[in-house]
Amino acid sequence: MSDCRPEELLAATLADQIPDVRHIAVGAASPIPAAAALLKQARARDRVHVTILHSRRYNSFTDGGRELFDAAAQGRIDVFFLGGVQIDGEANINLVGLGDYPNLTQRFPGCFGAPYMAFVVPNVILFREEHSTRTLVKKVDFVSAPGWSPEGVWRRGGPKALVTGLAVMPFDASRRRFRLASVHPGHTAEDVREATGFDFDMPASVPTTPVPDLSTLGLLRGPIADKLREFYPDFADRVFPVPA
Amino acid sequence: MSSTFSPIPLDDLVAQVRDGMLLAVPADYSGAPMAATRALIRRGAKNLRLVTVPQSTLQADILIGAGCVSEIETAAVTLGEFGTAPCFTRAVLAKKIKVVDATCPAIHAGFQASEKDVPFLPLRGILGSDLLKHRSDWKTVDNPMASGNDPLLLIPAIRPDVALFHAPMADREGNIWIGRRRELATIAHASKTTLVTVERLYDGSFFDDEKMAAGALPAFYVNAVAVAERGAAPVGLFGEYEADIDHLRAYAKEARTEAGFAAYLAREIGAAKAAA
Repeated sequence: MSDCRPEELLAATLADQIPDVRHIAVGAASPIPAAAALLKQARARDRVHVTILHSRRYNSFTDGGRELFDAAAQGRIDVFFLGGVQIDGEANINLVGLGDYPNLTQRFPGCFGAPYMAFVVPNVILFREEHSTRTLVKKVDFVSAPGWSPEGVWRRGGPKALVTGLAVMPFDASRRRFRLASVHPGHTAEDVREATGFDFDMPASVPTTPVPDLSTLGLLRGPIADKLREFYPDFADRVFPVPA
Repeated sequence: MSSTFSPIPLDDLVAQVRDGMLLAVPADYSGAPMAATRALIRRGAKNLRLVTVPQSTLQADILIGAGCVSEIETAAVTLGEFGTAPCFTRAVLAKKIKVVDATCPAIHAGFQASEKDVPFLPLRGILGSDLLKHRSDWKTVDNPMASGNDPLLLIPAIRPDVALFHAPMADREGNIWIGRRRELATIAHASKTTLVTVERLYDGSFFDDEKMAAGALPAFYVNAVAVAERGAAPVGLFGEYEADIDHLRAYAKEARTEAGFAAYLAREIGAAKAAA
């Protein structure tokens, strides 16, 4: 399967992390999670709603910017994707900056809705393509959204897994710890350990992340690429070029 | 006729945004008032306290770069797929502006509290975020309706002096058509003064047509309207035109340096120079 592009592997891998649910939502600037959500929808037996905030066609909110958060608060959104400029071993994410806030040495855009969505959405999937000791750190400089909460704090869900350009790592909130579940083709568990700034559980034998089969690739390159072209034209043209 | 409405010139509209005011602006998917922003920069607005509902892109970045902003409450400022917001990033690191970091649902809740004219709204979530360490105005309380321990976060009402946004149309009575971008209604409801630029005037009343009425903001929330064709460009306007991708990409590159931003300001906005 040498002709499977990295973005296709990541979209298929993310889709495999999505449980059977009713409503998957995807935030801004997230073409690979959007592809994953549409792939999950295409392969699901039952009806799956997909909301893609970046899209006009796949964003059916009619009650203003608050509706996403209010719907999520009520449990009407089952899956959401979050990233992080830094992610640490307790699944805390940092979207604000490096340094001792407010005395930052680097500034990132800001928290967006992450501090909220991480609590109210049952299944949060963390996604960060760059897997390095720069992005996956022992402790984030700023906790935009905590990966877990102490007893007594209401919390419906939170991070369930981290998918990167190297690996799939499920998160166990009760133990506040990631586990290496699979390593993408061409890499080893040792590569993952070296590129990760935090400790995690490493089984004696770590499988390779399965590459997407032909029917999955057909979906990604066909109907899903067509849908993505509406709202991520640059991404769709780069990853799924239209044959001349 | 005391019910007559007439639009005013753009410069007269932005003159109502006075230095030091708390100014609410929408996100770039919801009618970014770019023509009005350029007019604000040309008139040399100072010490604006900006609140973005809930985030911003080019609009906040050029206002900050031009030295119009002393403080910003925001959930994020970024150029999205074109990268970080260069003037915002520079100003924060150089401590030229104060950033009041927030999160989208908290900003929405603050505006909703003002709609009801109550001092706060409670929210779930967010507890344990480092945001709380720097938001002494956000309070954690125990749910007074529960018997046990159930902490809730209280978000104080946000009551802007002035709201400024761009929309497709105003009708002959001064009602504004906002379509399904209902956060524009919330921003107007919450603000003491609402200023709107529109693409064009609609000959009639939105309230004569239920389909149009469903997307209308009543004129009694609106203090002044100016016509500004392509008034959101180079940002896009819902249902009207797409963002000018080439412009935004070029901006992201040019504004990486102070000199590049000054050149952009002179060329695109006609402002003599960037304020220090």
